Amino acid sequence: MIKAILIFNNHGKPRLKFYQPYSEDTQQQIIRETFHLVSKRDENVCNFREGGLLIGGSDNLIYRHYETLYFVFCVDSSENELGILDLIQVFVKTLDKCFENVCELDLIFHADKVHNTLAEMVMGGMVLETNMNEIVTQIDIQNKLEKSEAGLAGAPARAVSAVKNMNLPEIPRNINIGDISIKVPNLPSFK
Amino acid sequence: MALKMVKGSIDRMFDKNLQDLVRGIRNHKEDEAKYISQCIDEIKQELKQDNIAVKANAVCKLTYLQMLGYDISWAAFNIIEVMSASKFTFKRIGYLAASQSFHEGTDVIMLTTNQIRKDLSSPSQYDTGVALTGLSCFVTPDLARDLANDIMTLMSHTKPYIRKKAVLIMYKVFLKYPESLRPAFPRLKEKLEDPDPGVQSAAVNVICELARRNPKNYLSLAPLFFKLMTSSTNNWVLIKIIKLFGALTPLEPRLGKKLIEPLTNLIHSVGAGRGADRAVSAVLISLSSGMPNHSASIQVRPARAGASPPLKYLGLLAMSKILKTHPKSVQSHKDLILQCLDDKDESIRLRALDLLYGMVSKKNLMEIVKKLMTHVDKAEGTTYRDELLTKIIDICSQSNYQYITNFEWYISILVELTRLEGTRHGHLIAAQMLDVAIRVKAIRKFAVSQMSSLLDSAHLLASSTQRNGICEVLYAAAWICGEFSEHLQEPHHTLEAMLRPKVTTLPGHIQAVYVQNVVKLYASILQQKEQAGEAEGAQAVTQLMVDRLPQFVQSADLEVQERASCILQLVKHIQKLQAKDVPVAEEVSALFAGELNPVAPKAQKKVPVPEGLDLDAWINEPLSDSESEDERPRAVFHEEEQRRPKHRPSEADEEELARRREARKQEQANNPFYIKSSPSPQKRYQDTPGVEHIPVVQIDLSVPLKVPGLPMSDQYVKLEEERRHQQKLEKDKRRKKRKEKERKGKRRHGSLPTESDEDIAPAQQVDIVTEEMPENALPSDEDDKDPNDPYRALDIDLDKPLADSEKLPIQKHRNAETSKSPEKEDVPVAEKKSKKPKKKEKKHKEKGRDKEKKKEKEKKWSESPHCPSPVSLQEEVDVNAVTASKDECEDTKMEAQGEEDDAEGQEQDKVRLLPRGLWRHKKEKEERSKGRKKSKKQPPGSGEVAGEAAQEPVHNGAPEEEPLPPESSYSLLAENSYIKMTCDVRGSLQEDSQVTVAIVLENRSSSVLKGMELSVLDSLNARMTRPQGSSVHDGVPVPFQLPPGVSNEAQFVFTIQSIVMAQKLKGTLSFIAKNDEGATQEKLDFRLHFSCSSYLITTPCYSDAFAKLLESGDLSMSSVKVDGIRMSFQNLLAKICFHHHFSVVERVDSCASMYSRSIQGHHVCLLVKKGENSVSVDGKCSDSTLLSNLLEEMKVTLAKC
Repeated sequence: MIKAILIFNNHGKPRLKFYQPYSEDTQQQIIRETFHLVSKRDENVCNFREGGLLIGGSDNLIYRHYETLYFVFCVDSSENELGILDLIQVFVKTLDKCFENVCELDLIFHADKVHNTLAEMVMGGMVLETNMNEIVTQIDIQNKLEKSEAGLAGAPARAVSAVKNMNLPEIPRNINIGDISIKVPNLPSFK
Repeated sequence: MALKMVKGSIDRMFDKNLQDLVRGIRNHKEDEAKYISQCIDEIKQELKQDNIAVKANAVCKLTYLQMLGYDISWAAFNIIEVMSASKFTFKRIGYLAASQSFHEGTDVIMLTTNQIRKDLSSPSQYDTGVALTGLSCFVTPDLARDLANDIMTLMSHTKPYIRKKAVLIMYKVFLKYPESLRPAFPRLKEKLEDPDPGVQSAAVNVICELARRNPKNYLSLAPLFFKLMTSSTNNWVLIKIIKLFGALTPLEPRLGKKLIEPLTNLIHSVGAGRGADRAVSAVLISLSSGMPNHSASIQVRPARAGASPPLKYLGLLAMSKILKTHPKSVQSHKDLILQCLDDKDESIRLRALDLLYGMVSKKNLMEIVKKLMTHVDKAEGTTYRDELLTKIIDICSQSNYQYITNFEWYISILVELTRLEGTRHGHLIAAQMLDVAIRVKAIRKFAVSQMSSLLDSAHLLASSTQRNGICEVLYAAAWICGEFSEHLQEPHHTLEAMLRPKVTTLPGHIQAVYVQNVVKLYASILQQKEQAGEAEGAQAVTQLMVDRLPQFVQSADLEVQERASCILQLVKHIQKLQAKDVPVAEEVSALFAGELNPVAPKAQKKVPVPEGLDLDAWINEPLSDSESEDERPRAVFHEEEQRRPKHRPSEADEEELARRREARKQEQANNPFYIKSSPSPQKRYQDTPGVEHIPVVQIDLSVPLKVPGLPMSDQYVKLEEERRHQQKLEKDKRRKKRKEKERKGKRRHGSLPTESDEDIAPAQQVDIVTEEMPENALPSDEDDKDPNDPYRALDIDLDKPLADSEKLPIQKHRNAETSKSPEKEDVPVAEKKSKKPKKKEKKHKEKGRDKEKKKEKEKKWSESPHCPSPVSLQEEVDVNAVTASKDECEDTKMEAQGEEDDAEGQEQDKVRLLPRGLWRHKKEKEERSKGRKKSKKQPPGSGEVAGEAAQEPVHNGAPEEEPLPPESSYSLLAENSYIKMTCDVRGSLQEDSQVTVAIVLENRSSSVLKGMELSVLDSLNARMTRPQGSSVHDGVPVPFQLPPGVSNEAQFVFTIQSIVMAQKLKGTLSFIAKNDEGATQEKLDFRLHFSCSSYLITTPCYSDAFAKLLESGDLSMSSVKVDGIRMSFQNLLAKICFHHHFSVVERVDSCASMYSRSIQGHHVCLLVKKGENSVSVDGKCSDSTLLSNLLEEMKVTLAKC
């Protein structure tokens, strides 16, 4: 079983998924601990590490380090180390396909999509699918489904988000139209 | 108005979405917390709006915040709202949030049951998929129980995408609801051979997880997996299967031999290129546990020579597994492993350390430990150093100090370890010191001298600021010096060391030990002085005590304070006596008379309670206070011992003990070096009959070595080498004479020493007193098992035939049965019983019943009854769709049948796990049910079974002791010489205005019936759903033909407007009967009766919810009474449950509350009371018309009883 999948960057900022219930505080502690364990290791040492105390000392951490991101899978003894290492590879490749040249920013801004991608690979801590093509196909279908649902109603929202994404520095952040109340002049009533 | 709407939607557009939130957080790096709390406020506002899109957006943001560590449990209800959105986009967001934030403690989770069920049976595979994914993360025991059956149905879904998810989630369901394992297992097994590789891999995955915990239950699957292993090309599946075999081989050694060939093939077939290495190692790791050959270890070395870090790691991992079974083949790689200790990678070093543990022998222990000690000095980082430290101690102390030949060396190693700074394991070292000093009598003198110098040295005190640090060692040192003070060289010096003012900086518990042992020391000094007649000296010592003890009296630690003030008073009293020249030493040392024996940590638990012993009654008068005095130090010691992980001496049985004792005596007699221990002075232990039985392990001892000051363990290594050399020379001389002696080592230790061990005679002869265990201690491994282990519940025998009562709880989606293939109906089950099994199935009950039938069924069950693949309900709205899927199903069924026919024979389907657990009855099985009844009564155990059944909580089932005659939910519709029509009307919770009518058509003639068409005259209220494009007057074709004597079922969907009234529809079945003489057009009229009961759906209801419902006051009431009833109440309830689709909420004596729900969501509650000969039924329902109609129908049913 996979107990948790942690993704964090070189500074320990998390993007993650837990399959065992932990409270939010414990989760953050686990991330810190794992980050501590993993980030101190050299680049060219092996990709395995016994887990920290919180997640259970008998478990293994299997990780890969890509550019700025660590992908850490916490697994128990029923998983094969190399198998999981391959799985991480598949995961990253899949992300790469889904985001077209994935980078850390993609994961930051589209955490939900990362989760959805992961959901096609690992379910409740069990490996669901390892075939990348199959995974990508399913994700594409679901995305299409989502688009078709958005339909016309989604169009303005998309337009707005496109505007937002233009990232013009002059535009003040957080335009909040809610504050501007449109006043209808009080017309004198006809008597 | 319009303006407001526009404004609303503009607002919505400018709501923050996830990306804005993330961007915002990044832009507010300085005041992130403030910004986020602001955002959470906004989100709360958004959640209050009615627009689901806004809510979904808010929940999406919350999911992100959860990831950052913010608690979002307050939004659980909103998450559920989003989960129930109709759009996939929102649903997905909802389920994702739920999977991230829900857990077993989430209280609203029970509200999701129906929503999830609806999604599971959704026509869109992605809705189902997303629900399954979500559920897998937050499934609770309740959800598992309620949804198990739905998920099981999905395991046979037409789409592999759903199938694989359903299969995988079953593991979670098993964990939470172990009762589901047996009913679901046959289908799971079936999925191992699914045509889709994804599904197959999922099934393998699940079974591997299951088998890992309880491998013995899965041995019977070995052949199947064997086949899979040779045929599968999916690496993932292969790895899993090999892992599984790794778990199975220890149980079935023959398996190992069989596996060698395919595995070597596998290794060779993938044996080229880079990927090959991986596969090889993967295979190795998995198989190594228990393979009978050495090929494994042969492969490891080349793999490690490759030296890419991951492989090195895995190689070591594999070796550690091989080590357990083939220690020798690993020991030959010692050089490599020691090299790995120098690796820069900590993981690899740790693995290597693990290996060393298993590799030590008497011969190489010192060498290995020496190597480790140098690493301790070099090591950077406390974690690794601590790890080294614990490993050193583990290695030395393993198997009851089996490999230690020289305990002085060991003590000096321990003392050297105390020089480590900042270790967390001071208490470990302390525990070892205590253990060795207590159990190895011969070493005490040496130990005491070492300990006193420890007490004297300043470096330990200096580190006392760190709690749990190395200063723990002082705890042991003080205790040893006090307890064995007779061995002290300069007791006075030690006493002073222990009374130094700096001692008060130590942690409280250590100070307490100091205080206690200062007195012991004092007592022994006093005795020495008095014996020597130095009254002055004695008084000086007392004065020292009186001067120094007050510093402890002022301690903040209660324990220290209490002990110190007690002792101070005592010493002052002694001082007075001394002033009068009264000899006091005898009395003072009497305080600490007696010797302490080591007691095994679990000894107390293992004392068997003799018969007739009342543990709560006083045996004697309560013990006097003076006796408890010497109890105290033991308690301190005992506590210490508990903390230490210990290899308990293996328990020998009586015979073994006797044999050992005999051998020991003989040996003692022959051995000139044996130091006979003086009889223990303590009465308590002498009186215990068990003392003599304590096995005493001896190790030979030559002249003790004296190394002054703090010893360096290295010296011992040299000395040891010299000694061994000498010994070897001597031995060569007298080899011929003393063959016996060589054998000794072998016998003494249970485990097999390597051959080199035999050559080494230990340097010291030491009694290792094993820890005391009470006589005939109960051998129990149980206490090693964690009773809370969730996997324990899954230890279920899967080969045992399914008992009839083992069904998954069913929440009445009877429509899903539509796709059942027709042959099924000829062979269904003679069990008119619960639609919902007893929740708490008693295991032994099944056993009892199983035994009776085991022989007869064994063969059949091993074939695993399998179920047809039901198609989910929505797909069948169109009758044609039903037809198509049914045909498909028939085909597959036929094929399957063909293969299995020979083996299964005609009995095959006698009892079968139906997909939705609906039990039907047909002519044939009536006989069988009689047969069953008989067989039930015959065996002597049946009374017991019945008795037990009676005690069980009654859900809606018939009583075991007097089963009702089998009944069918199918009622006669119409019949003539050609054809007989029976029908059943079923509602479903998903469709609030639709019911499905299943009509079974049975051909009674000798003609083939074809071209059947069903036309029904619609009423305003009820209409038949026809294929698109056909008019109201058209009939609906029946999608099959009937050869003579054959029956088949067709289903038709009707749309009902109002369900409060019963309905009758006129209809005609027209068909062509064709025989040799020609074809004739025939028809048969019928009246389709939709009773109100047929709109009800059996829905379980908990009594608290039931009570709430009744209290709500929204329900109207009505009642009926029927006289002249003779049937038992139990059967009566069963009848109501069966015919009117109720479920029993609670039953007390002859009174029961029942519940059901209509397809349109009306709640119906009943209170059924039985009088002498009458039954009264009070009903409450949200619709009064429905209730009165229902009660009328019930009256008719009851009148028949």
